[in-house]
Amino acid sequence: MKHEVFEKNSMLLLIGILVVVSIGGIVQIAPLFWVESTIEKVKGMRPYSPLEQAGRDIYIREGCYGCHSQMVRTLRDEVERYGHYSLAAESMYDHPFQWGSKRTGPDLARVGGKYSDQWQAEHLINPRAVVPESIMPGYPWLAQTKLDVEDIAARLKTLRLVGVPYTDEMIEKAKTDLAAQVTPDSRPARELLRRYPKAKVGKFDGKPGNEPTELDALVAYLQVLGTLVDFTSFDASGPNAR
Amino acid sequence: MKKREIDDVTGVETTGHEWDGVKELNKPLPKWWLFTFYATIVWAVGYWIVYPAWPTFTGYTTGVLGYSQRATVADELKAAQAAQGQLRDLLEKTPLDQIRTSPDLLRFAMAGGAAAFQTNCGPCHGRGAQGFTGYPNLNDDDWLWGGSIADIHKTISFGIRSDQKDARISQMPRYGLDKLIDDGQINDAAEFVLSLTGKSTDPAAVAKGRTVFADQCASCHGPDGKGKQDQGAPDLADEIWLYGGSRQAVIESIRTGRGGMMPAWAGRLDPVTIKSLAVYVHSLGGGK
Repeated sequence: MKHEVFEKNSMLLLIGILVVVSIGGIVQIAPLFWVESTIEKVKGMRPYSPLEQAGRDIYIREGCYGCHSQMVRTLRDEVERYGHYSLAAESMYDHPFQWGSKRTGPDLARVGGKYSDQWQAEHLINPRAVVPESIMPGYPWLAQTKLDVEDIAARLKTLRLVGVPYTDEMIEKAKTDLAAQVTPDSRPARELLRRYPKAKVGKFDGKPGNEPTELDALVAYLQVLGTLVDFTSFDASGPNAR
Repeated sequence: MKKREIDDVTGVETTGHEWDGVKELNKPLPKWWLFTFYATIVWAVGYWIVYPAWPTFTGYTTGVLGYSQRATVADELKAAQAAQGQLRDLLEKTPLDQIRTSPDLLRFAMAGGAAAFQTNCGPCHGRGAQGFTGYPNLNDDDWLWGGSIADIHKTISFGIRSDQKDARISQMPRYGLDKLIDDGQINDAAEFVLSLTGKSTDPAAVAKGRTVFADQCASCHGPDGKGKQDQGAPDLADEIWLYGGSRQAVIESIRTGRGGMMPAWAGRLDPVTIKSLAVYVHSLGGGK
């Protein structure tokens, strides 16, 4: 009985336990220190604009992830239906990420720009108004609820703590940027676009007035999904191909 | 090593451990279980060699098979295109207005167009292309931007009021919201528009509305309200309404200018799919 030596010597047993647990720990934890090098570099990714981020928070609050994933897998049927498969870089600023393969509704990783703002707003208020066979619940209160904008700078700051590269300027201007995204053709909107290229500016809920609703935020978020990476300059067979 | 000891009662070897006179019998794991376990370890080692497995400081081990999910899906897509063979190439090369002359090509384009329509166009225009309020019915012969196959192809490719630079763009003024004319004039204009389809109930307002229409609306919708497709101005003299033909709906249209948006599909869908969609939509009933 060779393990007798461990069983009869508690210090040796303790050291043995530490060695075994360390191996498990290293295998799980060490790769996290090289995560930077495992996310391939792509052109176009940027952190969410304040309005988009507020919309993302509503997406999570309302539990949209219960039915919708945001990950186009490398499978022919998914690529043909949704578009280019998702890249790791596309969700690197997502906390938490929205990957998954359990879908009751369609995948939303590339839904941005696929439908008009008006359709998104009508569909969220009452899905069956535009898709009679839909089983998605309606979210009519989003159109009536004013977006809580007071803590938006704090939210961006918190995201910076976990690695999203918001600059001091972005955090300082968070509130004006948020309002600017529903104020087309204004100077603040042009500044927003300088900080957040490709952001969509508009009256997302179709209503006049410059006070964004929760519906504005959620539609702004949906409309940016999957639109940031420039796939014309993307090389799938690059050094990170897998 | 101790000498092997056999338990008298069961005839099984003991492990040599004894507590208060009770001896532990040696009952090892079944051999089949143990060898299955060893086999999985061997399998894992083989897997490491054949498939991508371990991270390294600069990348990862690629495995001798060189398997890659990205390469696999690229191959599958290529194979699917190859399976569609010459018809796909032919569709790519054939000019839009000549696709109908070849029955095989037409059938191929229709099948592809119908499938792409369901996932991409159906959510707004309806599964049967019947449309909804604000989203045009594609089964009738009333077209906002023209119903020739070339017109349809252009609309699908670049969209309407989309962010594409070749998008079809028209903008009706927001007569009410921007206070370009007063509420009375809006009401009169609405009555005149309704009179074009014989639905007006107020002849006095129609008479006043005629002047408002001539001043404000006729340049795009035409003096008789029949619309101009090159400007995307709808025909107001037919019974087909995009936003409803009630008095209330017409007033709202004049007040806000409406202006729906259709996304551009060039870039999102490949050229063959867009061509197939144009053929399919053109065939739905009202293609010119």
